[in-house]
Amino acid sequence: MGKQKLGLSKKEAERIETVGFDFKEKTRCGSFFQKDNQVLYFNQKNKDIEIMPTSLALKKYSWLKKYLWKAVDKNKDKYTKEVARHPQEGYFIRVKKGQKIEVPVQACLYLKKKKLHQRVHNLIIAQEGSFVNIITGCTIDPRASFGLHIGISEFFIQKGATVYFTMIHNWAKETIVRPRTGAILEKNSKFISNYICKKEVKDIQMFPLAYLKGEGAIARFNSILVAKKGSYLDIGSGVFLGAKKTKAEITTKALSEGGKIISRGRLIGESSDTKAHLECQGLIVDKEGQIEAIPEIKALTIGTDLSHEAAIGKIAQEEIDYLMARGISYQEAVSLIVKGFLSFQNNNFLKEFTKEII
Amino acid sequence: MLQIKNLKVKVGRKEIIKDISLEIPKGKTYVLFGPNGSGKSTFLMAILGFSKYKTKGKIIFKGKDISKISPDKRAKMGIGIAFQRPPIISGLILKDLIEIYSPLNKKELEKKAKELMIDIFFQREINKGMSGGEIKRGEIFQVLSQNPDLLLLDEPESGVDIENIEIIGKALKKFLSSKEKSALIITHTGLILKYLNADKGFVMVDGKISCAGDPKAILKTIKKVGYQKCFECHRKRPEK
Repeated sequence: MGKQKLGLSKKEAERIETVGFDFKEKTRCGSFFQKDNQVLYFNQKNKDIEIMPTSLALKKYSWLKKYLWKAVDKNKDKYTKEVARHPQEGYFIRVKKGQKIEVPVQACLYLKKKKLHQRVHNLIIAQEGSFVNIITGCTIDPRASFGLHIGISEFFIQKGATVYFTMIHNWAKETIVRPRTGAILEKNSKFISNYICKKEVKDIQMFPLAYLKGEGAIARFNSILVAKKGSYLDIGSGVFLGAKKTKAEITTKALSEGGKIISRGRLIGESSDTKAHLECQGLIVDKEGQIEAIPEIKALTIGTDLSHEAAIGKIAQEEIDYLMARGISYQEAVSLIVKGFLSFQNNNFLKEFTKEII
Repeated sequence: MLQIKNLKVKVGRKEIIKDISLEIPKGKTYVLFGPNGSGKSTFLMAILGFSKYKTKGKIIFKGKDISKISPDKRAKMGIGIAFQRPPIISGLILKDLIEIYSPLNKKELEKKAKELMIDIFFQREINKGMSGGEIKRGEIFQVLSQNPDLLLLDEPESGVDIENIEIIGKALKKFLSSKEKSALIITHTGLILKYLNADKGFVMVDGKISCAGDPKAILKTIKKVGYQKCFECHRKRPEK
């Protein structure tokens, strides 16, 4: 895909690459690119996966309508209502039954026009027994700075299917971001959601929800949050454990470099024989920084095993001393500790992927 | 190699080290004994210059007064330390860390890692989920990878089983066989001395050196009567 064909300057292309977008598509099985509210490019290299604009998919498949607003409530708030009032754009991804597509598919939602409201409605359907790895990068032209991004994402993960979803944000200091995500999981399906926000933003508020409706379904949410000075991140995830043998894990690593982070988490045990854990680790490296962890666990029946853990602190002096004793400068020691803190060592994909982009 | 002149060390308001002078020549291995809380670890930490330890007096290394420079610079000049209780650093991989600071090449590092049986931990996070023996082997590996001229070892054998002590002891012996390397070793059990040719021993009591002499003889006395004799010596020692 040519950067020039998309009308992007070198600087814009470089910025888009920071959110994991590979213009050459060498390591991707398909791509989708939306600028403001217009889709500029979509492509699929594999016949077992479909990628196209939501508007086109809705025209092509009449049955798709029944999925619209099924995982996210249309009337949830003014942002969902705003998207519902306008023509639906965004990406539609469908992986066909039994197809396991390891090579990731990528999408970029790029906000260029100043003061624009970017509205996105994504529909992702992983059919029975399939596997898909989706990387979505959202960013803005720094010259636009002020903008509003509303992103609705609805996931339908059918029996035995797995969706790996990684979202990377790189906004600007005047951008307001309101993603609204819902995932419905059938029997023995998996949803692994990774979220990374390490750059400046004015205000993000999001709380993706996973509904584990089928027995044995699993949801995992991993978040890497960094709040720069002036940034406000109110981010969490929630899981409804609605069937037997369902499991969930929510892990957040929150670093404040002067901004405020509210790290939320909600686990609701609706069925017996379920298990879930919620964890937030916070690190503050600037005296103006604030982190608030608000864990919520709700057991609605017997036999649901729910737990939470939260710890917020500063970098331990003994860790800095330890690295300095190896001849590493103070600044480098702090940077190594922070980098280590933000890494997910038990998540191979995230570990490798974050190495590239962080 | 190292000259300490009238060193006093405070942690907070409390004076831990109360006027110590000591010299470690090039190629010599010295041993520091002393009861718990006598100030041995503080002494080593002060030589490295960590911010918590406020010092007075002079620390001269390779002819230069280093008492005002930062720990990383001291390390770069050739001082290396193996900590008694090193911290866990989550997410930081041993291999990545070693590659940042070690002057040794890949082959030399691999050889050293095999010697200390640490090669299987290369991809592990620093000190995370490791046993006492593994942590100590990791510490020795890390410090030897710095190729320091002065090695400071804070109880290298504590919490380590006999097999691991042997591994550590042999690696240290090999390293210290060079006439260019010096060491100051804190030990309680003296087990590590089985593998090393220590030249001199000191006993620290209440932040002061109460006696110096043949390390084996000192250890023998300590084993026989505990630190009782050292306390007596310390009391008899004239105040400056």
